[in-house]
Amino acid sequence: MKLTVWTYEGPPHVGAMRVATAMRGLHYVLHAPQGDTYADLLFTMIERRDHRPPVTYTTFEGRDLGADTAGIFRDTCRAAYERFVPQAMIVGASCTAELIQDDPGGLAETMGLPIPVIPLELPSYQRKENFGTDETFFQIVKALAKPMPRSTEVSVNLLGPLALGFRHRDDIEEIKHLLAQMGISVNVVAPFGATPEHIARLGAAHANILMYPEHAEAAARHLERVCDQPYTKTVPIGVGATHDFVNELARICGVEPKIETTRLRQPWWSKSVDSTYLTGKRVFLFGDATHVQAAARIARDEMGFDVVGLGCYNREFARPIRTLAKEFGLEALISDDYLSVEQAIEEAAPEMILGTQMERHIGKRLGIPCAVISAPVHVQDFPARYSPQMGWEGANVIFDTWIHPLVMGLEEHLLTMFREDFEFHDDAGASHHGGKAVAPSAPTPKFQERAQDTSSDVMVWLACAEKELKKIPFFVRGKAKRNTEKFAAERGMSEISVDTLYEAKAHYAR
Amino acid sequence: MNTPAPIKAQSCAHSPVLKERGQREVFCGLTGIIWLHRKMQDAFFLVVGSRTCAHLLQSAAGVMIFAEPRFGTAILEETDLAGMADANDELDREVARLLSRRPDIKQLFLVGSCPSEVIKLDLARAAERLTTAHAPHVRVLNYSGSGIETTFTQGEDACLAAMVPVLKESQARELVLIGALPDVVEDQAITLLSEMGIGPIRVLPSSRAEGAPEIGENTVFACLQPFLGETTAALERRGARRITAPFPFGEEGTTLWLRAIAEEFGVDDATFARVTDAPRVRARTAIDNASAALRGKSVFFMPDSQLEIPLARFLTRECGMEAVEIGAPYIHRGLVGPDLALIPEGPRISEGQDVDVQLDRVRTARPDLTVCGLGLANPLEAEGLSTKWAIELVFTPVHFYEQAGDLAGLFSRPLRRRAILEQGAAR
Ligand code: SF4
Repeated sequence: MKLTVWTYEGPPHVGAMRVATAMRGLHYVLHAPQGDTYADLLFTMIERRDHRPPVTYTTFEGRDLGADTAGIFRDTCRAAYERFVPQAMIVGASCTAELIQDDPGGLAETMGLPIPVIPLELPSYQRKENFGTDETFFQIVKALAKPMPRSTEVSVNLLGPLALGFRHRDDIEEIKHLLAQMGISVNVVAPFGATPEHIARLGAAHANILMYPEHAEAAARHLERVCDQPYTKTVPIGVGATHDFVNELARICGVEPKIETTRLRQPWWSKSVDSTYLTGKRVFLFGDATHVQAAARIARDEMGFDVVGLGCYNREFARPIRTLAKEFGLEALISDDYLSVEQAIEEAAPEMILGTQMERHIGKRLGIPCAVISAPVHVQDFPARYSPQMGWEGANVIFDTWIHPLVMGLEEHLLTMFREDFEFHDDAGASHHGGKAVAPSAPTPKFQERAQDTSSDVMVWLACAEKELKKIPFFVRGKAKRNTEKFAAERGMSEISVDTLYEAKAHYAR
Repeated sequence: MNTPAPIKAQSCAHSPVLKERGQREVFCGLTGIIWLHRKMQDAFFLVVGSRTCAHLLQSAAGVMIFAEPRFGTAILEETDLAGMADANDELDREVARLLSRRPDIKQLFLVGSCPSEVIKLDLARAAERLTTAHAPHVRVLNYSGSGIETTFTQGEDACLAAMVPVLKESQARELVLIGALPDVVEDQAITLLSEMGIGPIRVLPSSRAEGAPEIGENTVFACLQPFLGETTAALERRGARRITAPFPFGEEGTTLWLRAIAEEFGVDDATFARVTDAPRVRARTAIDNASAALRGKSVFFMPDSQLEIPLARFLTRECGMEAVEIGAPYIHRGLVGPDLALIPEGPRISEGQDVDVQLDRVRTARPDLTVCGLGLANPLEAEGLSTKWAIELVFTPVHFYEQAGDLAGLFSRPLRRRAILEQGAAR
């Protein structure tokens, strides 16, 4: 038993829903109580889908338990088939139905429906949402895709984009642009927009592009084994990664790597003098492994940031993330415990967080700007405009998105210079964020509480030193305070004067 | 006083009820925690459930406003399912850890879920055990918010019903208001009644444990919400008596609700008029302004919160709408009877749900406005039908006079918006 407040991932059947909802002509019959229908709103509200997810829930009740829940499942299955006439069906149990052990897969099999019925085994008490997406897509591919003759022209499948994905809709378009330039055609995109008939045609492609390993790696491996299709290992997020991706794809497809970067602006934007202020910004990365991996490389190599912490919530990818962290001289944080992520961020005291919507909330509380780089998603992560993460345009979008929460170069200095100005104090924030400057207020109770926790009992800040500390820009003040205290403690001092503050500053200067 | 005479033969009170049994598209009772934990400021709601339950709470809350909200889910894991003894030990451990981190907690609710009920985890016994272990500082109670036993607002009912047996005994003749409303509306209700000379007035749930009402044979109570059937029964078992009235939505509902209480306490007509005349006029003006877009329009209620019948009464009688179907997850006649009796005959009354069949009826009727859950709203909009998300009716202050205009506004906004966009497109 584990006490959880906020979760990064839902249960595995929500993963299955993400696959089903992304597809067409597929229906999911889910053995589940009525309350589990809440999951529909994730798709209709967050993603603004104009259709209900293709999911029929059995919605059994307490009084059915002793009676015939299996019968309810069978009836629901038949009614769903008759109403929706799908090309294929997936069937499975939610956490509650798993306990009553009706075996939806077995039941559906005996019904003799004239379409493929694919049973899902998603252990709700061990696994989570991303396991559900990967496993569901794999089962669908395994059941429907068979080896077949290759297309005459060089073609690939795009694997992994699905419902409630972070910018999946636009990433697909961006990858298609890259492929068009290389003269590679698209055989099937799946699950996004695919029908079961499309899945059956996967084998005609020459290779697979594994866009999101957390959702489609099992399927890609299966296709490699069964249909002899190689798949790409590089996820083209960021300039460097997109170059690598094009080269990798060219190699496995036996074509020329054609790179056409007229639309790519990120490198110049990053070189231009206004970006100097980005140098060495201390950033903390957290999210799904795919996006964190890509973001780490962009942050260090393309933005000139200093990565001070990184981690992911999907344990399945703990190993590559640990390796990556080591390369950055860091210890990876592999956790789905929101409070421990918050603590790690607080300790690292970054100047910016690149995280999920959960970290955006953490950032709000700690007063640290945050840009969102990964699922779990929020309605804001589905903008009306074209906004990919992958490819050249993705690199441009990422540049804009990441610097947006920051206080711009000159403004940062002005804020420091006019610290005492009533309109220009620390809490005023960046001028481009709208809203009106609020009068300096007491820190939020939470922050206050924590601040007290971290201050040592023995260390006394002399009044003048404390005043001096307040003159330091708010986004580095926490770090300055901790460094000074550490510096003093190491020297056995119990009081901090202005001198101590500046000695510590000199000591830690890079 | 001009009590509208219920027109028995032609009201919905005797309309046949279409009972449906099929796929339901309704939240489970856990959802009530979202507002209950804001109302009860020293309570913590610990769901004993699965990752699904945690995800529901997170998704229904929409945004994660609070760093450490006063609710959480003890997620059952493979190991807990293996043996009962383990699950209880684990629960005790998690509770001890929680209470030591949150010394502000005075009431802890163990909330049962489908998984905890299917594995027959005895939360009543766990609550007793934990009450003893953490007395006198914390009282531990339990109720079920599971989807196999409760829908949406029944969670609040189950929670309040669980509190009734432990309320202190009192012989005082006191009025208790039942239901968790936003403070602003609760205060309005208390002010109106106090101005009539009624008092003291207590509320269940109170914002803190020590302010809990005391109950006995001289207690009279009035429900603020139509879904409090179990709580009503529990209070009646303790000898308290319920004041029957329509629910306080709109000018008419509020007046009838207040009048029923006034009569119980012998308030004279002049006093009643002095207190209510001005806000009644205000409410009527506000409703008139906000309901212009609603007059003559048709409305279809999908089952959601059990507020459907009182709200249909408000929309049909005060806003000039015509109800096509009034669907409720569960109809408690004892509670919504007075509202039902005021709705003119005509609309189909349905209880339970078979969502696809019901959606077929929506498509056939093509109502001007469909009141439905979040999972259905955008898909129906995409079919060209205007919708109102039902959940907003539970989260927004909508009771009593001063909110009557806002309540009408919640329904008219989608229609006004559609009209604006259509005009804009035609320009
Ligand atoms: S329906 Fe049951 S399993 Fe689903 S969220 Fe509600 S209590 Fe949990």
